[in-house]
Amino acid sequence: MLKQIEGSKAVAEAIALCRPEVICAYPISPQTHIVEALGEMVKSGRLTPCEFINVESEFAAMSVAIGASAAGARAYTATASQGLLFMVEAVYNAAGLGLPIVMTVANRAIGAPINIWNDHSDSLSQRDSGWMQLFAETNQEAVDLHIQAFRLAEELSMPIMVCMDGFILTHAFERVDIPSQEQVDAYLPPFDPRQVLDPSAPVSIGAMVGPEAFMEVKYLAHAKQMQAIELIPQLAADFRQIFGRDSGGLVRSYFSEDAETVIIAMGSVLGTIKDTVDEMRMEGHKIGVLGIISYRPFPLEQVRDALIHCKRFLVLEKSLAVGMGGIVATDVRMAVTGMGLKGYTAIAGLGGRPIFKSSLHKLFRQTEADALPPVTFLDLDWDAVNKQLEREKHTRHSGPIAENILHDKGIVSAKFG
Amino acid sequence: MGFQPVKFYQTGTYTVGNRLLAPDERSVQADQARSNSINSGHRACQGCGEALGARYAIDAAMAESNNQLIAVNATGCLEVFSTPYPESSWQVPWIHSLFGNAPAVATGIAAAMKVKGRHDVRVVAQGGDGGTTDIGFGCLSGMFERNDDVLYICYDNEAYMNTGVQRSSATPPAARTATTMPVGAEPGNVFGQGKNVPEIAMAHGIPFVATATVADLRDLEYKVRRAMGMHGARYIHIFVPCPLGWGTASHDTIRIARLAKESGMFPVFEAEHGEVTGVLKIRRKVKVEDYLMPQKRFAHLFGKHAHPETVARIQAIADRNIRKYGLLDEGSNGDA
Repeated sequence: MLKQIEGSKAVAEAIALCRPEVICAYPISPQTHIVEALGEMVKSGRLTPCEFINVESEFAAMSVAIGASAAGARAYTATASQGLLFMVEAVYNAAGLGLPIVMTVANRAIGAPINIWNDHSDSLSQRDSGWMQLFAETNQEAVDLHIQAFRLAEELSMPIMVCMDGFILTHAFERVDIPSQEQVDAYLPPFDPRQVLDPSAPVSIGAMVGPEAFMEVKYLAHAKQMQAIELIPQLAADFRQIFGRDSGGLVRSYFSEDAETVIIAMGSVLGTIKDTVDEMRMEGHKIGVLGIISYRPFPLEQVRDALIHCKRFLVLEKSLAVGMGGIVATDVRMAVTGMGLKGYTAIAGLGGRPIFKSSLHKLFRQTEADALPPVTFLDLDWDAVNKQLEREKHTRHSGPIAENILHDKGIVSAKFG
Repeated sequence: MGFQPVKFYQTGTYTVGNRLLAPDERSVQADQARSNSINSGHRACQGCGEALGARYAIDAAMAESNNQLIAVNATGCLEVFSTPYPESSWQVPWIHSLFGNAPAVATGIAAAMKVKGRHDVRVVAQGGDGGTTDIGFGCLSGMFERNDDVLYICYDNEAYMNTGVQRSSATPPAARTATTMPVGAEPGNVFGQGKNVPEIAMAHGIPFVATATVADLRDLEYKVRRAMGMHGARYIHIFVPCPLGWGTASHDTIRIARLAKESGMFPVFEAEHGEVTGVLKIRRKVKVEDYLMPQKRFAHLFGKHAHPETVARIQAIADRNIRKYGLLDEGSNGDA
């Protein structure tokens, strides 16, 4: 059913349609509206049978999900940013135990300096945790990916994060097609766990494992994600059959067949990128886009195939590998090893810095002209940066960096453009 | 089990144990009805108080739940010695997730059982003092506050034994640990304010809080049975001597636990909804020296460079416990 609805509410509707049995919630912006909506659905009796548990921390949220999932219940939680970092030990544990928990990550920057706005630093920090990560471009896709995520997770008995840009998607009101219960029931069978805590057939879960078996357990986590590379396109195809639209998959190309330059990105920024590319193609530029939906597992082969005809690529990412450059760009470069392509990285949108079409036009033209350094920081205020570097050179007690920058800029609230 | 008549010379002693009780009140090591939830063959040290406490606690919980029990374990000695891959001592469905999240994992299991309508299945979470009073404390308090249907059992051996005897917030003053060495002007652990988790549990107003020791296994079993007869958050804190960490003889585990109780160092009581409803009285009061001296972790308080003033401070703690919980019968000073 078509609805004009906030992204968070739409995701809550999708989660409810997936018949979760245990939902645990700890509030953190910009995830709050999702769990608030689910809490209301459980309390009003609309979503039943389901236990909604207000926990005391994100660490507890993931731990409750671990217990619920190990006991055979379909478990869901949502988090972001500091919350994801606070639960990290349990995040790794859920993957290590092979528990198919689904978690929404409303992507948000990580402090310090504290910042509630969107970038991808939070979930990308969990790159090696063993969780799969799917990135939604739109709120429709966020809805659809959650439905696919439960099936993918439970098929492989591995946990999965559905990542949606904080505020940009979570708080945006858009037209979203909310599926019917019949459709979701036809797509997603009841949870049939591979391992379960059951007094009639006792097992020990989480035993101590030494060098004799640890590597095999870890390899199997990798093998599961390699299976996911096969499974994700199949699940997207099944999804199209029942729901009648394309959603999900590993990657999505846009005008990349004849493109000499391909822009690669994840999440909602793909919309701005596509608009920019549309305008450039009108002017005759041979430029295309590759959206990465599945960040983990990373579709090396599909990325390689998508770039096979191009001359150069630019990875525009909302994340920074401090001391190195790009995080997603490193994976893309791995995919195109030996292809002789020119590759560039643009770090953009950290901490919610807006990514304007005007900036992208300039950036993409520089990319086409091979006039970029290997790593570019889009719309970085070099004056502010250089001023602080100078200050540190001359003053031993130069003080807190963030406060100095704010003072230099002379603004107390966000002002862009 | 067969019934042994009580002989006259046994009355009034501790060694007579079960035989003073009616047959149905006796706890025994070997009994066909016993679930043996933790099987033999695990790798606990000789004389391990925790292994003994867990065996009696979980078997009692199994009996009371009609064998419909799921157990959660925090990281620690109990987890490590009971499940060296690919072996497991556990005959119950058992899960270990992390050091600090056992109460939350148990909450998740209880929620799953509730949503599936399995009201017959009960959940027990367990951890050592480190996993309970330190790293798992946030999750424990959250579980109490929500009154989740979980019995949490803390096996308190007063330090981080699994990692090599480091101080926890349950380590008593003056005790030697690997991180509170008996050196300097005030050797051993500091005299802090303490962190009385049974009392903190009571402050949450949860249905049931109790303490117990492995010196009185019948009392321990009674408290587990009592707890399992209730729903909501319940907490049992069991005093379990650690021969390795305390520097006590393996065969002295029960004796040391008894001396802790009889000296007033470890008050044994039970409480419902935040109010004490019963205490185990001290039968024959002993000085704290009698409890401290057999333990090498307190050896620096005695001998050539003795610290009688420190022992006096510890005695003051015991005396305060005795007053506070009414551990001595009215008008009695014990036999000490």
